[in-house]
Amino acid sequence: MQKFDEMYTTLPYEFFSGGSKIRDHYKIYDEWLARQPGDMMANRREEAEMIFRRVGITFAVYGDKDEQGAGTERLIPFDLIPRIIAAQEWAELERGLVQRVTALNRFIHDCYHDQEIIKAGLVPAEQLIGNTQFRPQMVGVAVAGGIYSHISGVDIVRALNAKGEPEYFVLEDNLRVPSGVSYMLENRKMTMRLFPELFSAHKVAPVDHYPDMLLETLRESSPATTAEPTVVVLTPGMYNSAYFEHAFLAQQMGVELVEGQDLFTKDNFLYMRTTRGPQRVDVIYRRVDDDFLDPKVFRKDSTLGCAGLMDVYRAGHVTICNAVGTGVADDKSIYPYVPKMIEFYLGEKPLLSNVPTLMCRNADDLLYTLDNLKDLVVKEVHGAGGYGMLVGPAATKAEIDTFAQMLRAHPDRYIAQPTLSLSSCPTFVESGIAPRHIDLRPYVLSGKKVQMAPGGLTRVALKEGSLVVNSSQGGGTKDTWVLEV
Amino acid sequence: MLSRTADHLFWMSRYTERAENTARLLDVNYQTSLLPQSDDVALVGWQGLIGISELMPAYTEKYGDVRARDVMEFMVKDEDNPSSIVSCLGAARENARAVRGTLTTEVWETQNQTWLEVRRNLKAGAFERDPGQFFEWVKFHSHLSRGVTVGTMLMDEALYFMRLGTFLERADNTARLMDVKFHGVHSDFYGTAQDSKQEYDFYHWSAILRSVSGFENYRKVYRDVIRPERVAELLILRPDMPRSLHASLNEVVSNLALLANDPSSDTLRRAGKLCAELKYGHMDEILATGLHAFLTQFLDRVNDLGAHISRDFLMPAAQ
Repeated sequence: MQKFDEMYTTLPYEFFSGGSKIRDHYKIYDEWLARQPGDMMANRREEAEMIFRRVGITFAVYGDKDEQGAGTERLIPFDLIPRIIAAQEWAELERGLVQRVTALNRFIHDCYHDQEIIKAGLVPAEQLIGNTQFRPQMVGVAVAGGIYSHISGVDIVRALNAKGEPEYFVLEDNLRVPSGVSYMLENRKMTMRLFPELFSAHKVAPVDHYPDMLLETLRESSPATTAEPTVVVLTPGMYNSAYFEHAFLAQQMGVELVEGQDLFTKDNFLYMRTTRGPQRVDVIYRRVDDDFLDPKVFRKDSTLGCAGLMDVYRAGHVTICNAVGTGVADDKSIYPYVPKMIEFYLGEKPLLSNVPTLMCRNADDLLYTLDNLKDLVVKEVHGAGGYGMLVGPAATKAEIDTFAQMLRAHPDRYIAQPTLSLSSCPTFVESGIAPRHIDLRPYVLSGKKVQMAPGGLTRVALKEGSLVVNSSQGGGTKDTWVLEV
Repeated sequence: MLSRTADHLFWMSRYTERAENTARLLDVNYQTSLLPQSDDVALVGWQGLIGISELMPAYTEKYGDVRARDVMEFMVKDEDNPSSIVSCLGAARENARAVRGTLTTEVWETQNQTWLEVRRNLKAGAFERDPGQFFEWVKFHSHLSRGVTVGTMLMDEALYFMRLGTFLERADNTARLMDVKFHGVHSDFYGTAQDSKQEYDFYHWSAILRSVSGFENYRKVYRDVIRPERVAELLILRPDMPRSLHASLNEVVSNLALLANDPSSDTLRRAGKLCAELKYGHMDEILATGLHAFLTQFLDRVNDLGAHISRDFLMPAAQ
């Protein structure tokens, strides 16, 4: 466990000794760090926190109150040491991501149209139609450009493969409302501000153009009815935990940030209430879940969406990004089929590997899982945010027993994977610089073409030995550098 | 612009302005209370202060009798009082946060920083240590907020709604300040109206002038001793006095004109009429009506303007 394998090729935990071999793309950084005075990192961290608080880059915590009784806004811990990816490695990753997201979009389209993949016998019908994320309202609906997941957050980990070599694996596809991209952008701004000298020593590929790419993607997805589409960002409101990001993206793109109460439908078109009367809306980048989008169709008690929105959508008069019903493809029970989808829709070999996955709905897999719980990670099919999962090696006997009971009762709700030793990166924690496990979430944009900003958001598990990087469970973030050649 | 966005911008500015004016008012009362005067007069001052924003029931319920210390506490730090300085700065910041994407980074950070600092300062006992300095701090941050607004915001609708909020609130606050300060003393107009209290009168009127940063302006305009009817004229009719009713209404009208939409023509007409009455008004006429009656009517009309602005721009009925 104790290793900086992101930085070193050989494993021993000897950060400052000459024994291990440093990976080329970390060399300059390592040398720079060794030259810094002892209190430099602590001072910079303080500076960073002050700036984040002043700028208000916070996330709201539900129900929490501070000592003065005000709702709390917390900072997501930002780690000063960047995660660095070599150009060549990124190029391969990028190709794999384009391929994967392209296939996933084809798959979602297929789900709601001819269902060829079921006919071909590759995915069992009940896995699709019986899936809680399958939206019957979407069957036969023609969405603009045939794109469903315009913004995809694909979670990637670097771990040792069966041959004992480091490899990038896809852990999860997030095709509903993936968040975190604002941290990718703000983290970069922060590192450039705190350590300008590092940027003259490295050729770091810029990411600041992400909002431009996003706006381009959204405009391209507009229904054919308009030449100059009006794009809006739909937020649940300022008490949502990701509100900062919603406001940030709307501002960066120069579009309105709307709430459900600002929208209304009339004659099968969507409008927003402005100081100059109603204005038509063509594209919604929504940061609200399917269930809350339209009280006439989904949850009736929702005040976050707009009544009649689905009618306008199905008439092709507005584009919703991401489309309604994308959850059918990022469900953990569908995940094991993605490599097959790539072959089926694109006729290509998958460039990025899945983590080997046992589907507990299969009797053999269930048996194996039950026998090996202490070595496996078991995840709930519909779980998210690091909840509802068992990390075998870190669990107590009692926890394993409880989980085994749940597994036997509802095997179809679970999948199991080997416990990957996620790569770890030097991280500045209380005790100084120490290794912590990390993952990577690139944000893949699908419009007329599939593209992304180099890198993405690196999340880091700040607790020693922890493999859970989610911000809700004590995770932090790092700036992610893709080095240009 | 979204109606909701306009609403938040409008209220953000109103709350910032309100916090400033509350600080001004408390400051002048606090400074006056340091002068030798009878307890009665001091009490009248503090009562008037609570009466100004129609807060007496809320105050009495929580604190009972009117005491200087409690009134200050209530108006500065009490988060249960929606008109306290800390509540106003909090509300301004919440409104700003709701539309932070519409603001320039500098405007947002100023609002956010002010809120973070006021809480920190109050917690650290800055107010108890030196009330005068705390009030200066509030005023200074309001100046900062206005300055960064006009210095960085694009000159479009967003700015106009913010300016509209600032000046509508200011018109309201200056009128209330005058009402309580002129009315608070026993006669309807001439201070204590007793020759023996001439000196006290000077302090009374000069304190009012200082509370609206008008002392030097008064001297410049009138080059004369301080006389109450001139103080009233300066604060009501002078278009060149930045916190006067007339100057505030001028700004309200010009910003409304820039924002004009189809339903707003009646609102603009009402604002223009009120402004014209100030422009062509005369102190003798106002005093003939009675200052209190004049100010009460003025406050009603300002309130009515607020309701019309809300209906035309901020909360249009569902289409």
